[in-house]
Amino acid sequence: MDEIVFVGLGLHDEMGISLRGLEEVKTADNVFIELYTSLLPNFSIERFEKISGKKLHVVSRRELEEENGEAILKAAETGKAVLLVPGDPLIATTHVALRIQAEKIGIKTRVVHGASILSAVIGLSGLHNYKFGKTVTIPLPSETPSETPYEVIAQNKRFGLHTLCLLDIKVDGNRYMKIREGLESLLKIEEKRRERIVTMDTLALGIARAGSSNPTVKAGFLKDLLTYDFGEPPHSIIFPGKLHFMEAEALIVLACAPENLRR
Amino acid sequence: MPKFRQTGDILKLMSSKEDIRNIGIIAHIDHGKTTMTDSLLAEAGLLSPKIAGEARALDYLEEEQKRGITIKTANISLLHEMGDRPYVINLIDTPGHVDFTGKVTRALRAIDGAVVVVDAVEEVMVQTETVTRQALEERVRPVLFINKVDRLIRELRLTPDEIQNKLVRIIRDFNNLIDIYGEPEFKEKWKVDPAKETVAFGSALHKWGFTLSMAQQKGIRFSDIVDAYAKDEYQDLPELLPLHTAILDMVVKNMPNPIEAQKYRITKVWKGEMDSEIGQAMLNCDDNGPTVMCITLAQMDPHAGLVATGRLFSGSMKEGGRVFLVNAKKGYRVQQVSMYMGAFREVVGEITGGNIAALLGLDLARAGETLIDVEHKDVMFPFERIKYVSEPVITIAIEPKHPRELPRLVDAMNRLSIEDPNLVTTVNKETGEYLLSGMGELHLEIAVKFLKDYGGGIEITTSRPIVVYRESVLGEGVVAMAKSPNKHSRFWVQIEPLEENVIKMIDKGDLAEEMGRKRMGNALKEAGWPTDEARNVWALEEHKNIIVDLTKGIQYLREARDMIISGFRWACGAGPLCEEPLRGLKVKLMDVKLHEDPVHRGPAQVMPAVRRAILGSFLTAKPVILEPVYKIGVSVPAQWVGESSSMITRKRGRILSSEQRGALTTVTGYIPVAETFGLSAEMRSATSGHAFWQCTFDHWEKAPENVTAEIIKQIRERRGLSSDVPSPRKFIDEA
Ligand SMILES: Nc1nc2c(ncn2[C@@H]2O[C@H](COP(=O)(O)OP(=O)(O)OP(=O)(O)O)[C@@H](O)[C@H]2O)c(=O)[nH]1
Ligand SMILES: [Mg+2]
Repeated sequence: MDEIVFVGLGLHDEMGISLRGLEEVKTADNVFIELYTSLLPNFSIERFEKISGKKLHVVSRRELEEENGEAILKAAETGKAVLLVPGDPLIATTHVALRIQAEKIGIKTRVVHGASILSAVIGLSGLHNYKFGKTVTIPLPSETPSETPYEVIAQNKRFGLHTLCLLDIKVDGNRYMKIREGLESLLKIEEKRRERIVTMDTLALGIARAGSSNPTVKAGFLKDLLTYDFGEPPHSIIFPGKLHFMEAEALIVLACAPENLRR
Repeated sequence: MPKFRQTGDILKLMSSKEDIRNIGIIAHIDHGKTTMTDSLLAEAGLLSPKIAGEARALDYLEEEQKRGITIKTANISLLHEMGDRPYVINLIDTPGHVDFTGKVTRALRAIDGAVVVVDAVEEVMVQTETVTRQALEERVRPVLFINKVDRLIRELRLTPDEIQNKLVRIIRDFNNLIDIYGEPEFKEKWKVDPAKETVAFGSALHKWGFTLSMAQQKGIRFSDIVDAYAKDEYQDLPELLPLHTAILDMVVKNMPNPIEAQKYRITKVWKGEMDSEIGQAMLNCDDNGPTVMCITLAQMDPHAGLVATGRLFSGSMKEGGRVFLVNAKKGYRVQQVSMYMGAFREVVGEITGGNIAALLGLDLARAGETLIDVEHKDVMFPFERIKYVSEPVITIAIEPKHPRELPRLVDAMNRLSIEDPNLVTTVNKETGEYLLSGMGELHLEIAVKFLKDYGGGIEITTSRPIVVYRESVLGEGVVAMAKSPNKHSRFWVQIEPLEENVIKMIDKGDLAEEMGRKRMGNALKEAGWPTDEARNVWALEEHKNIIVDLTKGIQYLREARDMIISGFRWACGAGPLCEEPLRGLKVKLMDVKLHEDPVHRGPAQVMPAVRRAILGSFLTAKPVILEPVYKIGVSVPAQWVGESSSMITRKRGRILSSEQRGALTTVTGYIPVAETFGLSAEMRSATSGHAFWQCTFDHWEKAPENVTAEIIKQIRERRGLSSDVPSPRKFIDEA
C-alpha cells in the first residue's frame, strides 16, 4: 500500500476535514501537514492529533519545495503517507508538482477533497460562479511589485467577468495581507497606469474569515471599503464584472451594497 | 621671510579662476612627496619654516608618523605669489605605497595637474608608472620634480657629468610613460622638457630646487651646487634657490587654471550632453550655472559626521544650499562648507566653481558620487565611475577579543568601508565570519589599526591572510534548465566566456551599467557582438559578468526581470567550485516559462532557479580557477640580480625585464599573489637586505592545473563545504 493521499483540511479549524479524510488519516502510517500555503485561523495541531490519534509531522516550504518533498516520498515507499493541506489540496496551491513526481517514480496518489476558499468566497458573495474570470493573488507590497493583478481585473472586466483576488500571506513572517492593503496596492498601480480600472468609485466586495462561523461580507465602493473594519484575517476581495439582476440583489441584501445597484 | 596668510585672503582669491590651480603630488613610495609639500606649506605661511623638511606636517596621523609613510590623502589650500600676483594652489598630497593607489585615483578626479616626484637615485619606478598612467587617464597634466639630488652628490659622489646623464635618463623614461599612456591629442604637448620649465630639480630635504630658467636667471650652474655641498655650504641653497618658488612657479606657469582645464577634462569625466545647460556650465566653470560637484573623498568625523570632499565643477556651494546626490537619490541641505588646511577644516560661507570643498551633512555621500543642486536633479547625468587599477585580492578574518565588543567592531567596519572604497568588509551573520579584503598586507594591517581606533581601542585578533580567487570558464556550457522550488517556473540559461576585449572595455569604464541599455548596446556591437545580444543586455555585475536576454515574447517576463537579475548577481557572488565570485561570464537567458500567478513566481521562486541554471551551465563550460597576479618591481644592486630573479621564477613567477640604471638594476615580473606571503623575509635574506621591491595587482590568470585542485580543496575546507565539487546534475533539472 505504497501511496500518498492528499487530504484537504477545509476551512478555518480542525473540523473542516471530511469524514473520509479523517478515515485516511487514521489508517495512515505517516501523516504530514503543511500550513504555509494558507491560514487556518483556529486550527490546533494538538486537538487534531487527539481527534485522529496520529502524530503530525509539520513540513515546511523548504522541505516540500527545495527538497522536493523527499521525506514524504520516502515515507510513501514503505507505507501510506497522508499530506494534510489547508482548503482543497490541489487548488490555490502548487502541490501538483509533488503528485506528478510521486506518480513518475511509481507511487500511487489519491485526493480527498476539502472545502476550498475559492468556492467558499464565491458562495458567500452571492455572485454566479459561472461568471468568474481568471483568479489572481495580490502580492505583499514588501515583495517585488507586480501589475499582474491589475491587468487580470482589467482583462476580466472587458469580458464582463468577476475577479477573485486572493491576498498574499507569509506564514513565517506572520504577515497576512488585509483587504485595505490589497486595495491600496491596486490603487498605486492605478496611479501609474491611469486606465480607471481600480478607482475610489469602483465597486468591490471584501470577504473575511470565509468558512468560520462569523464571516464578514461587505460590498461597496473602494472609498468605503478602505475604512471598513473587516476584522481578523484571512481576507479576500472580489471585483464584480457585469451584474445579473440576481447578483445585484444578493450584493444588496447579503453584503450591504448601496441600493442603487438595483437599477 | 615667512608670509603668514589668513584664510580670508585665500578665500577672496578663490573666486578669481585664472588664479587657481588644483594640483596633486604623486609618486612612487618614499620619493619625497610629503617632504616637498611641507616645504611649500611653510612658505605659504601656514607653518613655521623651521620645521619644514622634517615635520611631514601632512602626515598628521599617528600611524603615518610612526611608519614614516603616507597612508591617506591630505588636502590643503595655499597661496603663492609670482611677479606680485597671488595665486591659490589647492593641493593634495597622496600616498605612494601601492596598497593605497585607490586614494590617488580618487584624488585625481579633483585636480587638473600633478607634480610627479621622482627620486634621483631610484629613478622611475613601478609606482611612478602607475600613478602617471592614472593621471593621464583622467586628463591630469603632469610635470616632473626630480628630488633627492643631494644624494647623488653626497652619497653616490657622482661627477656633474654623471649626474647630468642620470637626470637625462629620468626625463627620457618619464616622457616614455607619457608616450605610452597619453592620449594622442595631449601627449606631445605634455611631454616634459627642462627648457620649457616643466622639469624641476632639487632636494626637498634641504629645501632647494630650481628650473632651468630660474638657475639661468640667478646665474647659477650645476657645479655651484656640487661645490656648495663640497664646502658644506648647502644650507645657503634654500635662500638662493627656494624650493617653493621652483615648484610653485612651475605649477602656475604650466598647469591649467580650472577654466582652461575643464574645457577638455569634462568630456573625459562626464558623458552627459555637452550642449545642455549643465554641460555648458561645467565646460566654462560657470559660477552662475547649476551647482555640480564630484565627491572624491568621504570621511567620518566623530563629531561632525560625514565629511564629503570634492571638486566643484560649476556653480557655487553655500551653507544651507539644497543639493541632491544622484547615485544615492537623496536630497539634502548642506550644513557647512569648508576648505582644507591639512588636518583642519576652515569653515567658509561659500566656495565657487573650480575649487575643492568639504561639505557637512550629506550622510550618504561616497567617493565617486555626483552632487547637483535640487532644481537640476532630474536632468543630471552622473560622473564617470572612478576606475581603480587594483582589486582587493587578499582577505583576513577578524574577531574582537571580547565577544561583547562585536557591535563596536561592526560599527567600525561600517565607518571604514565608507571611508575606504577599496576595502571590502563582509559580515557573514550565518557563519559569524567578519572579513576584510584589501590590496595587500599593509593595507589590511592599517585597516585593522583603524578599526581598533574607531572602535575606541577594542582588541582585535586576525587570521593569516588568504588570497581571493575567481571562478571562470574556458568554453561554452550546455543550455541548462532549472525549475523554481515549486516547480512551476522554468529558466533556460547558457554560459560562455566573455570576450577579452569586452572585459577590457569594462575595466576601462567604456562599458558600464549607467550608460543605459542603448549606449551599452552600441558599444557591444562595435566590440563585435551580434545585434540581438548587444541590444538586450540586462545587467553588468561587479565581477565583470553580463546577463543578456535572448528570449522572445515571454508573458510576465517584465515582472520577473529584476528577480532574474538578482538571481544572476547571487550566482556571480559565489561559484560552484568553491564559492569564490564568478568572473568574465556571458550569461545568456535562452527561455523562460512562468507561473500565471504573481505570488507563485515571486523572488523566492525565481532567484534560486536562475542561480541554479547559471551554476549548472557553468559547470559544463570547462570551469577554471583564476588567481590574482601581482606585478613585482625589484630594485637591487647588480650582484643580487640573479638571486632576486630566480626567487621570482621559483615562486611560479616570470621575469618581464631587467634594466640597469646606474648602480641599481630594476627587475620587473609577474608573481602570483599566493606566492608572496613571507616574500619579505626571503628576499631580505637572499639579498642581505639590499633589495627594495613593490607588488601591485596586475591581472587575473588561470591557475595552473596542478595547483587548481589544491586551491579548491583548501577553500572548500575553509568554508566547511563537502570535499567534492558538485556535479552539474545538482543544478540542472530534467524537463
Ligand atoms: N636625502 C634626501 N632625503 C629626502 C629628500 N626628500 C625626502 N627625503 C627623505 O625620504 C623619506 C621619505 O620622504 P617622504 O616625504 O615621506 O616621502 P613620500 O613620497 O611622501 O612617501 P609616501 O607618502 O609614503 O609615499 C624621508 O626619510 C625623507 O626625509 C631629499 O631631497 N633628500
Ligand atoms: Mg608622503
